[in-house]
Amino acid sequence: MRFAGLSKTMMRLMLVLGIMTHTAAFGFEIEDQKLYAATNETSVLRIISTTDIDAFEPIILAYQSENPGISVDYTIASSTELMSAIYVEGAVFDLAISSAMDLQTKLANDGFARSYVSAPTAALPDWAKWRDQVFAFTQEPAVLVISERFFGDDDVPRNRQELIELLRNRPEQLRGRVGTYDVRVSGAAYLFATQDSRNSESYWRLTEVMGSLDARLYCCSSDMIRDVASGELAFAYNVLGSYAESQKHATSGFRIIEMDDFLSVMLRTAVIPTSAENITAAEAMVDFLATLNARPALNNLSGLPPIDEVALRSNNALRPIRLGPELLVFLDRLKRDAFLRSWTDAIQQ
Amino acid sequence: MTGRFGRGSIRLRLVGQLAAVAAVLSVAFFLIVRGVAGQAAEDTQDNILAASATAIADALYTDNNAVSLELPYSAISMLGTISQDRVFYRVVADGTTLTGYDDLPSPDAQTLGPAPNFTTFPYRGESVRVATVLRSVSVGNQPVNVTVTVAQTQLGLAEISSRITATATAIAVGFFLAAMALILLAARSALAPIGRLTRSVSRRGPQDLRPVVTDTPTELVPLVEELNKFISRLGTSLSRSEDLITEAAHRVRTPLAAVRAQAEITHHRLNKPEHRQAIREMIRAIDESSRSAGQLLDHAMVTFRADSHERDALDLTDLLNDTCNRLGPTADLKDIDLIRDLPEHPCEMVGDRILLQSALRNILDNAIKYSPADSRIIVRATDGDAYRLSVSDEGRGFGGAAHTELTTRFSRGSNVSDIVGSGLGLTIADEVALTHGGRLEISENTNGVGACVSLVFPKQ
Repeated sequence: MRFAGLSKTMMRLMLVLGIMTHTAAFGFEIEDQKLYAATNETSVLRIISTTDIDAFEPIILAYQSENPGISVDYTIASSTELMSAIYVEGAVFDLAISSAMDLQTKLANDGFARSYVSAPTAALPDWAKWRDQVFAFTQEPAVLVISERFFGDDDVPRNRQELIELLRNRPEQLRGRVGTYDVRVSGAAYLFATQDSRNSESYWRLTEVMGSLDARLYCCSSDMIRDVASGELAFAYNVLGSYAESQKHATSGFRIIEMDDFLSVMLRTAVIPTSAENITAAEAMVDFLATLNARPALNNLSGLPPIDEVALRSNNALRPIRLGPELLVFLDRLKRDAFLRSWTDAIQQ
Repeated sequence: MTGRFGRGSIRLRLVGQLAAVAAVLSVAFFLIVRGVAGQAAEDTQDNILAASATAIADALYTDNNAVSLELPYSAISMLGTISQDRVFYRVVADGTTLTGYDDLPSPDAQTLGPAPNFTTFPYRGESVRVATVLRSVSVGNQPVNVTVTVAQTQLGLAEISSRITATATAIAVGFFLAAMALILLAARSALAPIGRLTRSVSRRGPQDLRPVVTDTPTELVPLVEELNKFISRLGTSLSRSEDLITEAAHRVRTPLAAVRAQAEITHHRLNKPEHRQAIREMIRAIDESSRSAGQLLDHAMVTFRADSHERDALDLTDLLNDTCNRLGPTADLKDIDLIRDLPEHPCEMVGDRILLQSALRNILDNAIKYSPADSRIIVRATDGDAYRLSVSDEGRGFGGAAHTELTTRFSRGSNVSDIVGSGLGLTIADEVALTHGGRLEISENTNGVGACVSLVFPKQ
C-alpha cells in the first residue's frame, strides 16, 4: 500500500517552505505499521524495519518492559523502500533495522548513520559491527529447504556439487519443481546471490542448471516454504534459515539442509539514522539488540538467532557476510546491471 | 652560597646544560619518529588507494561503443581490510560520470599525468584522501580519457598516527629519563675529585699546614698549586703572628717589671711623703699597664687560636689545680683563702689547653682582684650532665650589670672604678667557653656578698 497522507507535490512544497513534518508522510511505500503504546508515555521510538511484526513483537515488548514509558512505532517496509526513506527522502526514524547489510552499510558509508559506543556494542565481535554505526544482532544462514514428499528416504544433497549432480541426474522429475528467490526483487536474495558468486564458481553452474529446468522464482521465503511443504517444489535454494526454522512448528513436509561446502550468513543490522530524534531510546534499543544472545527465551519467541561466535566457530561452513565498504561493490549500478544480466541469462533459458 | 646547588654550582650547570641537550635530542627524536612513521602510514594509504584505483581502471572495457566497467570486488575490499574508513569512488569517462558518487570531485583529465594523483579535501563531512588514475580507453578507434577516483576517510590513519605519537612520546620520554640518569652519574663522577679535595682539606687538623697532595685531575692542578702556595703563606704569617705575640709579651712585660722594681726601690729610698705618694701612683699605673698588656695579649692569643684551636685530651681538675697553684701566691698577699672543692677523679675533656688556662686564670685573677683582704674564694668543679667550673668570691659583685655587658670587650662593672682592670678578663673567658661549645655564667651570690663566675662545658 502506498502511504498517502499528502501528495508528493504538496510534500515537496512543504519541504521548500521549510516546514518540518513530524510524521512519515513521504513517498516511500510501507507494508505495515503498528504502534505499541506505553502506559505512561514519555517518548516515542520510531523504528523502520524489514523484519516481520510477528518476529519483532516479542523484542519490542521485552524492550518496553525494561524501558517503561517508551512507545514504539513500528513501521515495516522493504529494504529498498527503507533505504529510499532515509537516504533519499530524509524521513524521521530513530532506528533502521534491515536484513539488507549492503544498504545499511551504504547508509553508514555515505554519512546517514550516527556513531554509538556502549559496553554492549563494545562486546560485539568485530565482524558484527562497522564503524560503531552498523550493529548486527542476528546471524541467519541461507539454507536449502527440501520436500519430504519428494525425497522420502533418498539421500539428500549435502553441498552444491551434489545438488548440481542431482539436477543433472533427474531432470525429468525436477523440471519446474525447483524454486529460488528472484534476486531482482528481493534485496536479501540479491545479497545471498552475490555472496554465493564470490564464494564459489559452482553458484553459476547451479543457477544455469536450475534455469535449464525452468526454475520457479519467488519473492519471499514464506511462499517457497509453502510450495516445498506441499510437495509442489522438490527443493528451494537459498531460503532464509531463521524463517524456515520458525515455520517448522506450523508447517510440516519440509526439511532444512545446511550445506557443508559453505553457508552464507546474513546479519540483520540496526542503524541509528542521523535524522533520529529520540536518540536515547534508539541507543537503548541498540544495547538491547546487542545483548539478545543473553536472552534465550526471547530468541525462541522471535525466532531470530542472536550473534553467537561459538556457534560460528564450531561450523566451518558458516561464512558471515562481512560488513564493510566491499558490500558497496554489488550496489554499483554497472556491477548490479551486469550481475542481474548474467543471472537472468542463467536462470531464464 | 644558596643551598647545595647554589648559583655557582658546577653540578647544576653541568646537569642543566646536558639536560637541555638531552631534551632537544628527545624532542628531535620524537619529531623524526613521528614524521617518518606518519609519512609511512600516509604512504601506505596512498599505495592502497592507488592500487584500488588502478584495479578499477584495469577493469574498464568497451561495450557497444561505450566505456563500461565491472567494479572489481577486490578493489573496494582491499580498502575495507585495513580500516573501518568510509570509501567513495567515481569513474568519469569523457566528462560524464560512468558510475560511483556523482558529487565526488574528480580532477580534470587534462591536468593528470600517467602517475596516480593524490589530494586531500573534505567530502561529506570528513577529510578524505583521494587517488585518481587516468586511463585512456579506445572506443571505436577514438581514445576516451577515463578518470578513476577513489577516496577514503582518514580515521584509520588518525588512529595509526595517534599510536605512533604515543609510541614516539614513550620512547622520547624514556630516552630523556635514561639520558638524565646517565647525566647525573656523569656529573657525580666528574665532580668527585672536587669532593675528594674538599674532604682532604677539611679533614686536616688546625695546625696542619702541609701542602695538599691529593690526586687531582689536570683541571684542578693549578687550583691546588695556588692553594698550596696560599697555605704556605698562611703558615708563615701564622707563625709570625705567634712569634709576635710571644715576643710582644716578653718585650712589654720584662721592661715593665724592671721599671716596677726600680720604682719599688725608689719608693723605699724616698722620705718625703708627697714623693712617696707620687711613686705609689706610678707603681699603680705600671701595674695597670702590665695587667692590660697581659690581658690584651691573652685576648689576642684567644682570638688567634679560637678559629683553629688545638684539640688536646686534658683534665679540667688538673687545669684548675694548676691555675690555683699559680695564683696562690697572689691570693696569699691579700690573705685570701683559696678553697678548692674539686672532685677526686679527673674531669676529662678535649680542648685547647692554653685557651682554657687563660680563661681560668682570668676568672680567678678577677676574683682575687675584686675580693677584699682576708676573705675566701671557693674554686669548685662539679661533674654532672656537664662540667661546671665555678669561682665564688666574697667581693663586691657586679653591681647588677648584665652578662652581655660584662663580656663586651673593655667594659667593666660600674662599681669597680677604684681597682686596676682592663675589662678583658670575662671577655676572654666567654670567648674560650664559646670556642669549646660551652658558656660563661655570671651570678651574684644569693646572700648579697660576692659573685660566682662559672664555665660550663657540655660533655663530648
